Amino acid sequence: MNLTEIDLVDFVIREARMLDEQQYEEWLELFTEDGFYWMPLEFGQTEEKLTTSLMYEDLLLLKSRVQRLSGKRTYSQLPKSRCQHLLQTPTVDKIDAPNNDYRVFTPFHYVESRNDEKELYAGWMKHSLIVEDERLKIKLKRVDLVNCDSPHRNIQLFI
Amino acid sequence: MSYLDNPSSVLSLVTDDEAHRDVYIAEDVFELEMNHLFRNTWIYVGHASQIPNKGDYYSTKISDQPVLMVRHTDETIHVLYNRCAHRGTKLVTDIHGNTGKTFRCPYHAWTYRTDGTLLGVPVRDGYEDVSFGNSCASKGMTSVSNVCVYREFVFAKLQDGGIEFEEFFGDSLSSIDNMIDRSPEGRLEVVGNPLRYMHHCNWKMLVENQTDSFHPMVVHESSAGVVKEIWEDMKQHGNATPMAVECIVPFTSSYSFYEKMGIRTWQNGHGHTGVHFSIHSDYADTSGYVDQMKEAYGKERAEEILNENRHNTVYFPNLMVKGPIQTLRLFKPLAADRTLVESWIFRLVGAPDMLLERTAMYNRLINAPTSIVGHDDTEVYERAQEGLHCTNNQWMNFQRHYFGEEGVAPMEEFPGTTEAQMRNQFRAWKKFMHSVSDQSGVQA
Repeated sequence: MNLTEIDLVDFVIREARMLDEQQYEEWLELFTEDGFYWMPLEFGQTEEKLTTSLMYEDLLLLKSRVQRLSGKRTYSQLPKSRCQHLLQTPTVDKIDAPNNDYRVFTPFHYVESRNDEKELYAGWMKHSLIVEDERLKIKLKRVDLVNCDSPHRNIQLFI
Repeated sequence: MSYLDNPSSVLSLVTDDEAHRDVYIAEDVFELEMNHLFRNTWIYVGHASQIPNKGDYYSTKISDQPVLMVRHTDETIHVLYNRCAHRGTKLVTDIHGNTGKTFRCPYHAWTYRTDGTLLGVPVRDGYEDVSFGNSCASKGMTSVSNVCVYREFVFAKLQDGGIEFEEFFGDSLSSIDNMIDRSPEGRLEVVGNPLRYMHHCNWKMLVENQTDSFHPMVVHESSAGVVKEIWEDMKQHGNATPMAVECIVPFTSSYSFYEKMGIRTWQNGHGHTGVHFSIHSDYADTSGYVDQMKEAYGKERAEEILNENRHNTVYFPNLMVKGPIQTLRLFKPLAADRTLVESWIFRLVGAPDMLLERTAMYNRLINAPTSIVGHDDTEVYERAQEGLHCTNNQWMNFQRHYFGEEGVAPMEEFPGTTEAQMRNQFRAWKKFMHSVSDQSGVQA
């Protein structure tokens, strides 16, 4: 499979659209079986497991999040949240086909809204992608918030 | 009429088993809490491991007061009000840092030693003809005189006089002891920054929820129940139970499980869930930790430490400690309807990394602003904060398992789903809302 920069950029943009449209089942399929979603708590954090993060989740936890969002007794989703991603054009940091290693860097603004509240988050996302069964998949999505260490209100959907 | 005009009128807002909504929604009651309750009681400041070296400081707040905790040149820990004695500028704004031997004000370069005493004022002759020696400024940074470091946990009481540390906490310190004793070396270290989660509700709702064993099976069905379901589906493929499942699934335990866990209360508003066992009792040990503990303490003592699986211990008014998973939550009151929750984690010094990994995981799964467990808790608190504005019924009800005659003995035990610990907190609330500071009011 011969991937171009445009393919990688397109992948990241389509992923954000899936989240905005809340196509979660489809979104979960973008992850490899051992994929992770990571949102560090500290700026420049390098440790995933031995210190606190906002999120460091495997497929079991990501699936649980998705299933919970539509639960009848998920009171914090009555009414439901909505979200919107605004992405800067992603930068492709690495295309390494022989090692199946692709990296994309994307600054973003993200708004999550529920009831009359609207929270704005800004930061950078880094996608580590691989090709599996002729498709691009997410090995690791890392989301760094500009103010990762500030007090936050609920973040209920996915940045 | 404002409660500020007649502070003792707030005492009628709390009965033996009910509380008036004004203790949650009235700003003047909140102001009285800051002036009295939070000055008369021992408030957790921080942990000594946050400031290991001379000159290290940690800046925080005790109620609405900016303070810093600093390691002085003689290694002692001081708690100082975080303002320049001159014109009020906060001396540090970083949460953690090292100031060397002195604090230097960024405005006019006044300097202070790390015990708060005034060291230098530039061009001092400008003060020669004024009565500088009589001023507050000449006394340097004000230190909080009532500080107690209990096994590296630093507490402070802003008001002079009143209850002593040992009397205030009594046997409740056994929960902090158990958390520390779980380290083979008997030592804890704070790891990383705390999660900081902003709530639009009164601080007491959060504290009450720590020993509310009547809500998890309702509020957390949506999160823990789903993880359980998905895991049971995956389990058929024969995987070992993941740590995340161990952490989160017990939140769906039944009423009878929580009832049997039991609740213990102590005087002055302290209490804990999980007298006999808890949702933390069944964590697997695959790291050799238990053997390490037996080696360190002897078999019998190690088992005694590890079989104590207290769930949440509330240290009144605004601290909660979880010994078996080494987390600490501080509920910082900002306004009648604003509370900042900080969730900290500790490393058991000398224990395998696996335990810290579980602690960090627990913290993000349960306590984070991104937590699927936390989201539904926050939802119910904030709905209550709004619902309390209804004027037809102005009371919060705490009558569950109330048979009268509570708070008499130094320590009492109850079935797990009782609201006895909330009643205990309100007895302490009444006691400390008016004791020593009635005459002096807020100190200059």
